[in-house]
Order: sequence, then C-alpha cells, then structure tokens
Amino acid sequence: MSSATASPAVAARAVTHPRRPTTMTIWRWELRKLVAQKRTYLGLAIGIVFPLIFVLAQSLRQHHGHGGGDNIFFSEVTQSGLATPVLTLLLESAFLLPLAAALVAGDIVATEDGNGTLKTILTRSVDRGQVFAAKVLAAMTYATIVVFLSAATATIAGISAWGFKHVVTFSGSVVSAPKGLLLVFAANACYLIPLLAVVSIGVLLSTATRNSAAAVVGTLAVTLLLALVTVIPGLEGAQPYLLTTEYNNWHGLLRTPTDWAPIWHSLWVCALYTGPALAAAYLVFLRRDVAGG
Amino acid sequence: MLGTRATEDVASGDGAPPVRARGLVKRYDDIVAVDHVDLNVHTGDVYGFLGPNGAGKTTTLRMALGLITPTEGTAELFGRDPLRVGAHALEGVAGFVEAPRFYPYLSARKNLELLAALDGAGAKDRIDEVLEIVELAPRAAHRVGGYSHGMRQRLGIAAALLRRPRLLILDEPATGLDPAGMRDMRLLIRRLASDGITVLLSSHQLPEVQELCDRVAIVDSGRVVYEGALADLRRQGGAGYRLRTTDDSRALEMARGQHGIEHAVANEHGLGFQAEEKDVGSLTLTLGQAGIGILALTPELATLEDLFFRLTEGEQARSADGAESGAPGAQAPISERKAVEIG
Repeated sequence: MSSATASPAVAARAVTHPRRPTTMTIWRWELRKLVAQKRTYLGLAIGIVFPLIFVLAQSLRQHHGHGGGDNIFFSEVTQSGLATPVLTLLLESAFLLPLAAALVAGDIVATEDGNGTLKTILTRSVDRGQVFAAKVLAAMTYATIVVFLSAATATIAGISAWGFKHVVTFSGSVVSAPKGLLLVFAANACYLIPLLAVVSIGVLLSTATRNSAAAVVGTLAVTLLLALVTVIPGLEGAQPYLLTTEYNNWHGLLRTPTDWAPIWHSLWVCALYTGPALAAAYLVFLRRDVAGG
Repeated sequence: MLGTRATEDVASGDGAPPVRARGLVKRYDDIVAVDHVDLNVHTGDVYGFLGPNGAGKTTTLRMALGLITPTEGTAELFGRDPLRVGAHALEGVAGFVEAPRFYPYLSARKNLELLAALDGAGAKDRIDEVLEIVELAPRAAHRVGGYSHGMRQRLGIAAALLRRPRLLILDEPATGLDPAGMRDMRLLIRRLASDGITVLLSSHQLPEVQELCDRVAIVDSGRVVYEGALADLRRQGGAGYRLRTTDDSRALEMARGQHGIEHAVANEHGLGFQAEEKDVGSLTLTLGQAGIGILALTPELATLEDLFFRLTEGEQARSADGAESGAPGAQAPISERKAVEIG
C-alpha cells in the first residue's frame, strides 16, 4: 500500500449533510447485482425455454395429425400463434413462474446476510428502509421481467409457427389479432397481481430466515400448500380467498363481455397477502441485528 | 416516507466527540457479550480498542455503527445515535467491522462504484484515487471473488476512504496480512491520522496499538478495564527493574520480603520486580548489608503487553472467583462466554 501517496484530497474535512442517494439509485444497483449473478438467469431461462418446448411439441403433434385438447385454446393452438402465450401462461402460472419469482425473492436479503455484505451497505449513507424498499422493488421487477419475457417468447414462437391471426376467446367469440395481442399483454399484467404477492412472501421468508435455500423452498411450499387446500373436501369455502386461486384471475379478460370481477377480487385478496407479508418483512429488516459476516 | 427511521431533526454534530458510548450492554440470553461499556474517542485520537478474541470489541463497534441494537445504553457518532437518526449518524464515518465484505461476483471497481452510489456526494469521482492509495488499481477490473485476504483488507480501506471520513473505524485491519502488508497498513493509518482523521482501531495486536495509538480502551469479558492515555497506563503500570546479583536466589527471597517491592520473579536475566524508586534504594542497601553484590540494576518501563495481560488476566481471575462464589452480579467465566459467537 502506498501510504506515502495518501493525498490530502481524502483527508479529513467537514462533511455536512451531503446529497444522499435515492431509493431508485439503490434499486438500480440491486438490478445490476442481479444481472451479475448466474442464478438470475435460471428464472429467465424458465421463462424462455418452456414456451419454446411447448411450441416445438405442438408443432410435432400437428405434424403427426393429432387434434386439440379440452381447453378451447388447446384446440385453437395451431390455428393462431396468439393462442400460444395464453396456453403457456395457463401452464406456467401454477408452478414455474412462482418458482422463478421465488428464486430471486427468497434470495435477495438472505444472501446478503450470509455473505456479510448487508453490513457493508448499511454502513453507507442509506437508511435501512431505503435498502428494503429497493430490494422489494428489484424482486418485483425481476418477476415482472420473467413473466413478460415468457409471454414475449411464447408470442413470437407461436406467431412464427402458426401466424398472427384472429383468436377465439373462452366464450367462443372471435377477436382480431391486434386485440388478441393486447389481451395477451393484459392477461400477463393481471397474473402479476398474485405473483407479486408470492414475491412478498419470498422477501418475508428471506428476511426472517436469513437462509436463501430455506426462503426459496419455503415460498414454494406456501404456494403448494395453498394449492392443496383447494382440493381438501370441506375447505371449498376458502377457495376464493386463496392466493393460488387468483393465478387464474386473468381468465375474465378472455371472455365476451369482459368479466372484470375476478380481477377486482384478486386485487383485494392478494393485498391481504402482500400487505402483511411486506409489513412484517419491513419490521424484521428494520429491527434485526446485522451480526453476520 | 420510505427510507427514514426517524423524523426528528438531525443535529449537525459539530463539536461533538467522534465516538461517545455510555453504558452499552448487549446480552444474548444469559450471555453478556458487552457489559456497560463507556467509550470516549476525541477528535484527532488514534484510539486503540484492545482486547482478547471474544472480549466484545466487535459487538461494541457494531452497536456504535447501528448494526445491532444495544440491550441497554447509547452510542453516538459526532453526537448522533445511528439507531435514532439512521444513516445521518454515519455522515463522516467509515470503516469496517470484522473483515470487510464485498460482492464476489463484481470487480473491485464495480464494488466501489456501488458503494459510491450509496454514498452520494461525489464519491464516485474518488474511485481512481482510492484505488491508487491502496495499490489495487492494476487489479481493479478483477472480480473480488478471486482476491486474497490482504487485497480485500486493502479494498476495505479504499471503500472507507471513498466517504472522506472524519472518523475511521477499523476492526483488526492487519489480520491476515503478511509482515510487509502489516507494515504498510500501519504506515497508511499513521498517514491518515496525520491528515486529521480520527481513527478507532480495534485490535488484539499489541505492538500495532503501541506503535499507533495515543489513547486506548482495554476490554475484557465485555467490560472496559482501562480507558485513557496510553502513556498514563504505562506510568500507572509502575516502573519495572531487572536485577542481577552474586546470589539471585537469596536476593529474590529478600526482595519478596522487602516493603514496596512487588511482582518479584526470577527470570533468565536474574530477577525482575516493580517498585517505586525510593524502595529500590532500600532494597540495594538491604542486599549490600546481606553481603550480596549487585552486578546490574536496570530500570524498565512496562510494555503495553505487560499491562494488557496484567489487566485482562486479573479480570479473568476476578470473574472466575466471582462465578465460583456465586456472588450477586457475578458473570459467567470467560471460557463460557467465548463459546458463544459474539462477533
């Protein structure tokens, strides 16, 4: 070390209320950290690979002359490329997309704690609340990117295989290709409502357990548990209030006329999961002893 | 609003001491990691925070920086309590607690860019300068995951300097460094101190503290057993003497029986003892009257190491006695406390 070159520029001088970073600055750095980590790409790969496998499988099925399935979109899948993103959302929504979201949400606080970098950032000019908000926003941003990346991949692959054509809704009515594309985007946006609740649960477990693996697995376990509740006889009454039921909130968009009720319902039901989870995580993060590392 | 832990106005901190801790206590269930610690670091101090491993140094520093919440007591940096005013309390403060930690998947430069972004106030403009100071500029593009321990320590110093600190808190900065690295670290700390930065140096490396620090706190078993000027401590330690005679064994016996002569022991040089100057005179007369010739009598000032062990081992003995006697307020023995990771 060149102690002799320590310039007066870094010497002591009065520092009075320097301009402090905003939460958005911290959020941008959270995203840059995600970009630099390999595990980030696992979730993104899920979003890309599954639609491609789906399109490939349906193309082979078409080639061998097999027909559609029970779902109207399965029967329509080879008629319009826009049926593909609807079907992949249907198939991915229960497990794959929550898994991708949990990979980052469950990791985002726990890994920093384990590596000791939480103390590094909490001894700079940022408050704990800012760091927490930035981490929640980053995990939610990641989940949003995965969902729309998957939708974009499915749309492009579907259109490449079967063309940009009109599509038939759940009600049996036909909508034009541009409107169909808009509905695909809207359906994915609606699906984000329950998925962001999953992210919140992941952040809570990440903050509370300080263990990345436990938080990721725990988040999935919670969603699977809620899904199992729906099939337990005698608990049918709980079904409208389960997070996993809300994974299908977007179905109303693909009916004629549009059924908005499931979307409004999912907004407040998911808020019942998101709000307490984030509030609890915030309090734990604010009050915790940072003794790791 | 997100991002604030308090709405109260933040005092400017001008004129307040860099570190002021009062009655800091940290308990983990039955374990007392830090026991009513008071610290007073003055502006311009190079302040040594000394203690054996597990004495509670790091836990105290974590409380001072607001990383952990004290069970009792307060800690203020330039008059501001991090637990009450959040990041405002850390303005002008930098350093690291335990080993400095970075994102292993980012380069040193990217790590510093991240930290500069979290510092604001133009810290980004100083990245090249601080990399030069710690001689990491040629390796700045490499991932920190591939760095040696010493390089990470140096990066820790660089990260601290980004903040243009008025107070630098360094927890065992020389740990894991080779002799050249330790020497360079000492030179750097001395240089920063001469530039006017107050340094709080936590260490169990006594020569390092003796060489660098003007004031010290010695902590043992979570308690401060001494705080003040290092020179005063050495004076309080009393003058020591080496004595070589024509009959060391008889001389030792007589020294032990002589009023004012303390800690008389036989050693490889003959005898060692502590005493006031007047009592040394009496001893020489006594020895002469007994027919014992004095070959050499050499005064010695107590070293920090002598004093440290005298203070900390004395504390351990007292703690053990207290625990055995079941005296009210007696703490668990140090061995028991060290079994728990207290940082």
